Amino acid sequence: MMKKYTYTEKKDTRSGFGAGLQHLGKTNPNVVALCADLIGSLKMDAFKAENPDRFFQVGIAEANMIGLAAGLTIGGKIPFTGTFANFSTGRVYDQIRQSVAYSGKNVKICASHAGLTLGEDGATHQILEDIGLMKMLPHMCVINPCDYNQTKAATIAIADHHGPVYLRFGRPTVPNFTPADQKFEIGKAIMLNEGTDVTIIATGHLVWKAIEAGEQLAEQGISAEIINIHTIKPLDDDAILKSVTKTKCVVTAEEHQMNGGLGDSVAQLLSRRLPTPQEFVAVNDSFGESGTPDQLMTKYGLDTINIIEAVNSVMKRK
Amino acid sequence: MADLAKLQTTCVQVRRDIVRMVHAVSSGHPGGSLGCTEFLVALYQEVMNHNPKNFSMDGIGEDLFFLSNGHISPVFYSVLARSGYFPVDELKTFRKINSRLQGHPTTHDNLPGVRIASGSLGQGMSVAIGAALAKKLNKDNSIVYSLHGDGELQEGQIWEAVLYAAANKVDNFIATIDYNGRQIDGNVEDVLSLGNLKAKFEAFGWEVIETEEGNNMTAVLEGLANAKTFIGKGKPIVNIMKTEMGAGVDFMMGTHKWHGSAPNDEQLQKALDQLVGNEADY
Repeated sequence: MMKKYTYTEKKDTRSGFGAGLQHLGKTNPNVVALCADLIGSLKMDAFKAENPDRFFQVGIAEANMIGLAAGLTIGGKIPFTGTFANFSTGRVYDQIRQSVAYSGKNVKICASHAGLTLGEDGATHQILEDIGLMKMLPHMCVINPCDYNQTKAATIAIADHHGPVYLRFGRPTVPNFTPADQKFEIGKAIMLNEGTDVTIIATGHLVWKAIEAGEQLAEQGISAEIINIHTIKPLDDDAILKSVTKTKCVVTAEEHQMNGGLGDSVAQLLSRRLPTPQEFVAVNDSFGESGTPDQLMTKYGLDTINIIEAVNSVMKRK
Repeated sequence: MADLAKLQTTCVQVRRDIVRMVHAVSSGHPGGSLGCTEFLVALYQEVMNHNPKNFSMDGIGEDLFFLSNGHISPVFYSVLARSGYFPVDELKTFRKINSRLQGHPTTHDNLPGVRIASGSLGQGMSVAIGAALAKKLNKDNSIVYSLHGDGELQEGQIWEAVLYAAANKVDNFIATIDYNGRQIDGNVEDVLSLGNLKAKFEAFGWEVIETEEGNNMTAVLEGLANAKTFIGKGKPIVNIMKTEMGAGVDFMMGTHKWHGSAPNDEQLQKALDQLVGNEADY
């Protein structure tokens, strides 16, 4: 039996970030926010309106924004930077590497419009490499929550984590199903459904699709264990190993390149500790393109059906 | 009143440290280090209000310095040590395995006095401005200083920061440019000319101070004193400081060759013979 998940509305994860940041504005006087000309897109309006002294509009100058954020930590501030995922990572990789990660600065790099679901703007803006870029940096924490509530909770939680964090979220509305009061523990996987035949490990927008896949698999008589990995680094090794020990095969699902994503991290863990057949639901060495989010998720193989096919395929390899 | 003789003696000692440090590991950047010796000695031993014995990353209530051109780490380390941040004896570990004195400065090993990693150029001005913004939020009236190479100004991020600081009236910040006209591949004028640097900063809305003799302690002190008079007046301040790469060692001057080359045994001795004072080598 698949556990039943319901939702009352679809909401965008970026609005969860905006709400979390607004909450921090009221509760943590050290939190400051910076934005590179995308306040509306990042949903930072409320924080800006309520905390004008602690908000920095930096213009279209992302490299400077990362440096300013690193400097603001010197004096005890907790800077949250906001721009699209592409401009939060690839464009400023060396700034993050030297001024934030290597310097051990308490900067929270908050990135919206990650992945294909940015939609019509096309491949220039649809970064699918950001998780890989960020997780390779020593001591960088990488978080990719799945819905509005989880993104809000993650935003609030990372203010209390001392050290650099990459927080990834997106533009489209997706089912808001996680409990509003669910505690967000960095590095702690969330068990969505206990099963015995296969482990589906999903992150971000693919989590709801994993739930949908689990429901359809249950109708076929397949018992899927579904894990929501919101923290890609540090990875919850124990939760994954415990599950895979039981199911003996795994499917990973993410809105990211296969190279460098969650699937890579899981495969690395399993190859060292518990070699296991694995299939990857991810973009296969390709850029995206213009289209609606749904069209793109279908074309690039990131849909519910793709998870089901991957499960059927991996179970044959047990 | 500054004890000029003492500061000048310290400069001789710092220059001895620089050439000995790079010689010991046959690597490092002596040219720019020698050129910025007066500036850093003046800053740390006369101008800044800081607390070497009790280093804290946040530096609340202290003036802060950020070295953006991290390759001149030899002069930075020597001045930090000789200002009391860490034992002078530790200078002998420069660029060696397991040292806190990395080739380029880092916070990674908790070396007192270093607040940001630098080396990849063009990043330090943004960081310094961020720290200046934090000081304003904290109602801390201290000053933030930074140092940049002139070649470093070819990096685009510098100009993002220059634009930002003026637009946002970051007036508790003094950036100094080591205007020695040389970079690895040759003269800045030939590699990628900066054009009229003073006019550029003025056009961006900065207060511009020019220090014509950056290797003359009196001139350096006057330049910094002059710069400080513009603190709190609504504009960021830049101190365009002419220096000589390799200053103090005759055969290292007048060329870009010693930007990133270390002297051999014979050259070291020749350099030390020119750097005579009240020696207290590490």
